[in-house]
Amino acid sequence: MFAYCADPKALEGLAWLSCYLTSGTHLLFYASFGTVLFLLAVTAPIALLFGFGGALASRSHFAPLRWFGKIYTSMVRGVPDVVFFMFVPIALDQLFEYLRSRVSCDTSVPVRQGNDFIVCEAAKLPRAASPEWVHDSYGMFLAVLAFSIVFGAFAANVLYGAMNAVPRAQLETAEAYGMTRRQVNRRVLIPQMWSYAVPGLSNLWMILIKATPLLFLLGVEDIVYWARELGGSKTSAFTYPHPDWRLYYFLAILVFYLLMTWASERVLSRVRRRLSLGQATMGGETLRKAGA
Amino acid sequence: MRTTLTVAAAIALTAGIASAAPVRIASEGAYPPYNLVNDSGELDGFDIDVGNEICERAELECVWVKNDWDSILPNLKSSNYDAIMAGMSITEERQQEIQFSQNYFPPAASAYAAMDAEANVGDGAVVAAQTATIQAAHVAESGATLLEFATPDETVSAVRNGEADAVFADKDFLEPVVVESNGEFSWVGEDVPLGGGIGVGIRQSDNELREKMDAAIDSMKEDGTLNGLIQKWFAEGAMYFGPDGEAVAEADATITPVE
Repeated sequence: MFAYCADPKALEGLAWLSCYLTSGTHLLFYASFGTVLFLLAVTAPIALLFGFGGALASRSHFAPLRWFGKIYTSMVRGVPDVVFFMFVPIALDQLFEYLRSRVSCDTSVPVRQGNDFIVCEAAKLPRAASPEWVHDSYGMFLAVLAFSIVFGAFAANVLYGAMNAVPRAQLETAEAYGMTRRQVNRRVLIPQMWSYAVPGLSNLWMILIKATPLLFLLGVEDIVYWARELGGSKTSAFTYPHPDWRLYYFLAILVFYLLMTWASERVLSRVRRRLSLGQATMGGETLRKAGA
Repeated sequence: MRTTLTVAAAIALTAGIASAAPVRIASEGAYPPYNLVNDSGELDGFDIDVGNEICERAELECVWVKNDWDSILPNLKSSNYDAIMAGMSITEERQQEIQFSQNYFPPAASAYAAMDAEANVGDGAVVAAQTATIQAAHVAESGATLLEFATPDETVSAVRNGEADAVFADKDFLEPVVVESNGEFSWVGEDVPLGGGIGVGIRQSDNELREKMDAAIDSMKEDGTLNGLIQKWFAEGAMYFGPDGEAVAEADATITPVE
């Protein structure tokens, strides 16, 4: 980074530290904070969408759709995250490649050969010749998908519970006005259920923030991976040898996580307040009294 | 619009050169001196140097991929990359899942290191080793309690903070740890020879790649380049390849020094 960093072994004190903290690996470490934030920003809405779909499916009057919703939520919630992340991305990847191989490969060649899963070059995802960023984005895509499926299942259960918590009287009144089932859902049920769902969803969000270390199983390097990698003791084979410094790196990450939770708490409490307005809940009642 | 066109053009171009698909090689990047992430954030180490030399001799275009140790075998079998060079010892257990090239590092000694040279590493002791390694399998059979960790670095820390009585790993990995610990660490007991050396992990159905790599490793053993790479990355006392590919000491080996 700086001109005087050419020979780090000769440096001492602050000069050494300034070179050390701007080494190539450290720049990647700083960039990984962006990776984590990006992943959260993309995953949260998609997971919420999955959850919404799952919850509506679980409440459906059409039996196969209801079974699908129930099976999705109970199966995914029952499988440990680590197992899920070892299995699902590889399985999804194989599924995509299998489907593509049926179109663009010689279908007489089996895709399973002994232990190996092999498709022809044209069906590979991504293609072996693709530049590295394509491989990286594909890994990221699988990561987002796997996270969304897992957290979508939890969100589905939270939303399902929230929908059931909306007072029956509210829905009956809507029906009495002659609204159809869809209208009741859209105009009364869904707007009201959010205030019951937000506490559960905010829990999920907090867990999601801290679940990113699972990413490295998919080859995506997050902040915890880099903290462990950089903090681990480095022998003289490295340019900047040092003893075990993981404590300091993890402290830095701790500060990041605390900031994230603090900021989330602030935003979520505003959201909660906004959603409680005019609701027949304790929160809504408090707001009404304070306003009066 | 313009970016869409550029992306489309890039995809069309990459599709055109698909016939010369590069060989993707995976490594862990956490096991110096075999493989490590250097200060510019790239994979580096003995495995990477050997791999690049193999690719040059076999006229292959190679790309390095960093992958977690836990998922390194499933991803190979699923064709997400084509080879593993991650200090992986050739064992019967692994050969049921994948095949190996001939070894590019001779059967190496594993060793116990502890804070106390008299430490017990047999019955009743707690010994740290990396998950799914030959060392972990050996500890499990030795009667000691096995404490597994995901990365090699954590096994050493476990001994430092008293969680384990000793760490059992490749001697070449522990060597700099013990030497640079200012007497904190010391060797315990005799070295233990384990495994059939280190080879390139390849899919069982991919005989073509294995043959190419075997030929390249052969020629590197013959002209002493492989020994040169061993000398570059490993401390004194490492094992080298003799004229017939057997493990010999430094004095009996032909070594062609490399940059």
